[in-house]
Formats: sequence, structure tokens, C-alpha cells
Amino acid sequence: MPPLLNAIGCIFRRDITVALRRSTDILTPIIFFLIVVSLFPLGLGPEPAALRSIAPGVIWVAALLATMLSLNRLFANDHADGTLEQLLLSPHPLTVLVLTKIAAHWALTGLPLVLISPLLAIQMHLPPQAIGTLVLSLLLGTPVLSLLGAVGAALTLGLRGGGVLVSLLVLPLYTPVLIFGAGAVTGVIADIDIEAQFSLLGAFLALALTFAPWATAAALRVSIE
Amino acid sequence: MHKYASPKFFYALAGQLTPWLGGLTAILLIVGIYLGLFIAPADYQQGESYRIMFVHVPAAWMSMFIYMMMAGAGAIALVWNIKLAEIFSSVCAPVGASFTFLALVTGSLWGKPMWGTWWAWDARLTSELILFFLYIGYMALQASIDDPRRAARATAILALVGVVNIPVIHFSVEWWNTLHQPASVSKIGTPSIHPSMLAPLLLMIFAFSVYFFTVALIRMRNEILERERHTSWVAQVLESKT
Repeated sequence: MPPLLNAIGCIFRRDITVALRRSTDILTPIIFFLIVVSLFPLGLGPEPAALRSIAPGVIWVAALLATMLSLNRLFANDHADGTLEQLLLSPHPLTVLVLTKIAAHWALTGLPLVLISPLLAIQMHLPPQAIGTLVLSLLLGTPVLSLLGAVGAALTLGLRGGGVLVSLLVLPLYTPVLIFGAGAVTGVIADIDIEAQFSLLGAFLALALTFAPWATAAALRVSIE
Repeated sequence: MHKYASPKFFYALAGQLTPWLGGLTAILLIVGIYLGLFIAPADYQQGESYRIMFVHVPAAWMSMFIYMMMAGAGAIALVWNIKLAEIFSSVCAPVGASFTFLALVTGSLWGKPMWGTWWAWDARLTSELILFFLYIGYMALQASIDDPRRAARATAILALVGVVNIPVIHFSVEWWNTLHQPASVSKIGTPSIHPSMLAPLLLMIFAFSVYFFTVALIRMRNEILERERHTSWVAQVLESKT
């Protein structure tokens, strides 16, 4: 096996193993996601029609916030125990290694959010045909959230007030994903053609895949030096 | 070329330039405001309240222009490691954020008589609001890093990510807006504008730009003094002042 692929495999497996050994870390953002969405009916009243109309936006915003809360995990522990410096010193391109870490982060945060979203959709009285769209839109959108979030996490590494700072940096950048992700679900409910939303979400994913690992690697180099 | 890029030389040059630029700003502002408020005719549809555009449009224009300048200087600083570009990029954000805020406030003031509400989720207002958040994030990151060199490099990366995102955000918001609101509210149309209104508008844009460069130079001088405070030439400058 070529050394680069070997390194990618090692980092991915390591990140997953480390996270699974501290499983509360993975569960916290998911529980947060569940709680935030469940709070809305309590605040707004249980009227199914009202819930249905706000459900896409609420679920998407909750997914944004849950991803953001988990960003700290991406580099902070590795930074604290020195693993990150070893990654920076390794002969492999940092961009690829960072992309691997982001993929592992998505598998542990984004993917569970996607998998649990149908439950919330039922809770929020979304019509059945919208549930599939919600899952698909989250599947396309959450990797973008992880990718953009990685830039923010790398920039704020080791700074005081890191957690709140990340939200200031990252949330404005999340707006396009939110617009088209929630827009796709709303479109299905309103029976509009939603091909455009999915094309654009895919375009965002392609754009983020191209630029975010590079920016994250540059930011890590600045933060560690 | 290297001579001009040294902070010491630039400090003196900027000191000579600022009074001239400041004077030019004042002249342009006075002429622009006079033409805009007294000479330009009232709009047949919007009456006198359209005149807020002479502040609003230049402010909105500057808010984006400054972000571009900031990101451009940041990129130059990252790639070529030029100190002056770093310093320029680091002084832009508060000025840009102020212009964005001014654009938001004037937009809202204009919205009250036109739309009958202080705030509408109009596409352009919304993307200005997000731009404002981007500036705030930039400034928060800058403030939380103590080492100025690290702060400059980190914020430059953030500005570059932002610059890629700004057009995406803008078009997303525009698309979102047309879906959610009838287009009649969001636009007063951008058809041909009469020269008597265009002239003050261009003058005001020019005035705001010169103002930005004046303030940037003044802020850069302060930043240079602070960064180079341990060098002998700064000690000399400070001595000659007291």
C-alpha cells in the first residue's frame, strides 16, 4: 500500500477509535440536536401546521449549531497532546491529512445527525415525501459544515474563548448551506422542483472540498508555529 | 521599491500624505453633499427621501470594497510576507465594519418611508447584515490573538475564505429572497439614472474612498509605531514629539 494511503487509513481509524472510546463526546452534539428541535414545539405550541412550516428551518439550524459545538473536538485534543505537531512534521501533504481528519469528524458528527433526522422530522409533522429530502439535503450539506468548520477550528486553536469565537467565524459562512438545505425541504412541501437546490448544495460541497482543506492546513501552520 | 516598503520610510511618507488626503476628502464630501442635497432634483416616485442614497450606496459600496482590499492585502502578506501589506490588512476591518453598519442604518432609515417598516429581509440588506457579521468575526479573531504577526496571518486566511464566500452568500440570499418575497418590494429598479443624480453619487463614492485611505494611513502609522516600539527610530520620533 502506498505510504500516503496508509497514513490516511491510520489517521481515519485512529480518530474514530479515539472518539469511540470517549463516546459521550460523540453523543453530546446529537443529544443537543434532539433537545434544540424538541424545544421549538414547547415554545410555539403543538399546532401541526405551524410546526410543519418551520420544521425545515428549525432542523437545519439545529444541525448547524450541533456541528458547531462539535468543532472543538476536531483539533483541540490533538493539539493538547502533541499529535498535531507530528502531523505537521510528517512527510505527507498536510492538506490530505487534514481532509482525512475532517472526514472522520463528519462520520462521527454529521452522519449521526443525518441518521437521526427522520425521527425529528416525524416529531415536527413533516410530510413523508419531505423526510427523504431532508435526509438527502443533510447528507449533502453536513460535510460542507464540517469542512468550513474545520477552518474556523484551526484558526481559533488554543485561543482564549475559542468556543464562542468559532461560532462568530463560522456561522456567517454557513448561511448559503442553510438557505439551500432548508429551501430544498420547504420546496418539496410546497411541491416545487428542487433540483436547483440539490445542484447548488453539491456545488458547495465541491467548492468546500477544494478550498477548505487547503485553508485549514494553512491555518494550522499559523496556529502551531 | 524596498525603501518604500520599510515601515520607517512609510511612516514618514504617510505622515506627509494624510493632510492632503484629508483635505481632498473634505472638499469632495462638501461638494458631493451640496450637489446631492441641494442641486439634484427630487425623485418623482420617492420624493426627497431618496437622497439618503447618496450616503447609503457609497457606504454599501465601501463595505465590499474594503473587504476586498483587506483580503487582497492579506493574500499579499501571506504569500510574500510583506509587513506593510500585513499592517494595511489589519487596520481595514474597523473602518469596513463602520461602513457596513452605516449602510445598514441608512438602509433601514430609507426603508421606513419606502417599505413602511424599519427592517425588511431584502436581499441586499440581508447580505450586508451577513457581511457585517463577517467583519465582526474577523475583528474578534484579531482581538483574541496577542502576537500581531500571528494575528495578521490568521485573519488573512479568514478574509480569503470570506472573499470566496461573499459572492456565494450574496447570490444565495438573492435567490432566497425572490423565493420568499414578491420582487416588487425588494427593488426600486436600477434603470438609467439621471446625470444630476449620478454626479453627486460618484462624488460621494470617491469621497468615501479617499476618506477610507486617509483613515487607513493614520491607523497604519499608529500600528507601525506600536509594532516597532522597541526600535531606535520610533524612540527618536517619540522624542521629537514631546
